[in-house]
Amino acid sequence: MKDSPSPALRAEGLVRTHHGESGPAHAVRGVDLCVQSGEFVAITGPSGAGKSTLLHLLGGLQRPDSGSIWLDGECTATWRETRWAVERRKRIGIVFQFFNLVSNLSVADNVELPALLAGASPKRARAERKALLAELGIEGKERSMPGELSGGEQQRVALARALVNHPPLLLADEPAGSLDSKGTREVMRLLSRFHERGQTIVLVTHDARLASAADRVISFFDGRTADDVALDSTPSRRPGTSGVLKLRD
Amino acid sequence: MRLPLLALLARAPAHGYELKQGLEQLLGSAYPQPNIGQIYVTLGRLEKQGLIEGQDIEQSGRPNKKVYRLTASGQEVVRTWFDTPEDEPRVRDDFFMKLALASHTGIADQIALINNQRRQYLNSMRGLSKLAAAEDRDNRYAHLLFEGAMLHLQADLDWLERCQEELEELE
Repeated sequence: MKDSPSPALRAEGLVRTHHGESGPAHAVRGVDLCVQSGEFVAITGPSGAGKSTLLHLLGGLQRPDSGSIWLDGECTATWRETRWAVERRKRIGIVFQFFNLVSNLSVADNVELPALLAGASPKRARAERKALLAELGIEGKERSMPGELSGGEQQRVALARALVNHPPLLLADEPAGSLDSKGTREVMRLLSRFHERGQTIVLVTHDARLASAADRVISFFDGRTADDVALDSTPSRRPGTSGVLKLRD
Repeated sequence: MRLPLLALLARAPAHGYELKQGLEQLLGSAYPQPNIGQIYVTLGRLEKQGLIEGQDIEQSGRPNKKVYRLTASGQEVVRTWFDTPEDEPRVRDDFFMKLALASHTGIADQIALINNQRRQYLNSMRGLSKLAAAEDRDNRYAHLLFEGAMLHLQADLDWLERCQEELEELE
C-alpha cells in the first residue's frame, strides 16, 4: 500500500460567527470535514443551518474566525484575498443559486473571461468555451446576453464558467435553488456526469433530490454536522422491480 | 389491481396478456412487473362478481384465449372509482411511534432515530433518481409517478428536519 494522496479538501475546527444587529449568530460551530479527490459530497440542512456559510469558508469567500482549511494538502491559513481569487480561478470552481453571471458580457465572454484571466491564450479560451457549451447543450447561445436566457440556461453557463479552467474542486451553493423541477433535473444530470468523469464536487442544497445524486450526504444542523452518510452505490434495481407504485389486491 | 384492470377494459375488450402489456406500457419501470398469474386470478374473480364477461376465442394450433369485456355493472364500478377521491397519504405511523416513545423508554436516542430514518429516505431517493434517469423520457406517467414519490420523500425529509430542530433544542 502506498501512502494515500492528500484529500482534495480538508477542514478542521471551522468556526464562523456573524455579528448582526440582533447579536452574534453562530453560523458554523466547529466543523471538521474531509473530501477525497473524486468524491461528490452533498451538504443538506434547513435554511439558516449555516451550510452556505460553510461553503463560502471552503471557497475562501469568507474567512473563518478559527480553524483551518487545506486544499490538496496545502494549508490555506496564510492566503490573502488575492491568493484566494487566483485559486478560485485555477483550483476551485464555484456556482451559485443566482448564477452571478456578468450581465453586460455575452455568454461566450462570461465563460472565456476566467480562462483569459488565468493566462490561457484567446484561442485556447475559445476552444474550451466551445467544448463546454456544446457539452452543456447551449451551443448557439454564445452571442446572447445572460438576461436573455432561462434560469436553467444561465446556470449551465455558470457551470461552464466554473469549469473552464478544469479546477480539481467544484463548489455548488444551491445550484438549483432558483430553478423549476425540470431545471433541477438538468443540473442534477450535469453534476452527475462531471462527477462520473472524476470531478470532485461539494454541493450545498436543501433539495434531497439533488443531494441524492451525491455519494455522501452530510446533514448540517445549527452550524454542526449532525450526520455523515455514504449513500448506496449499488446499481439501480432492475426496471420493473421497483415497486414505486403498489396496486392493491 | 382490480380497478386498474377494469379501467383498462373500459376502453376495449382484451385478454390477460394484453392487459399485462397495457399496464407495462402505461407505467414503465415505475410499476413492479405485473405478474401474469395474478392478473388471471384477478380476472377470474372479477368474472365471478359479474363485473366482466369472458369469451373463449379459438386460435389455430394454440390453446384458446379468453377475451374479457366490461359488463354494465363493471362500468358502474369504474365510474364510482373515478368519482371517489382517495384518502390522503399518512405520515409514517411506525416511525412516529418510535420517535414519540424513544425518550420515554430510554432504550433509543431520538436524534439517532431521525438520522437513521433520514439515511433510509436518502437511499430511497437515490434509488428513485436512478430509476427515473433510466426510464424512457417519453413515458410521461412513469415520470410523474417518480416525481410524486420523490416529492413525498422530500416532504418526509423536511419533516424529519423539523423534528430534529425541535428535539435538539430540548437536549
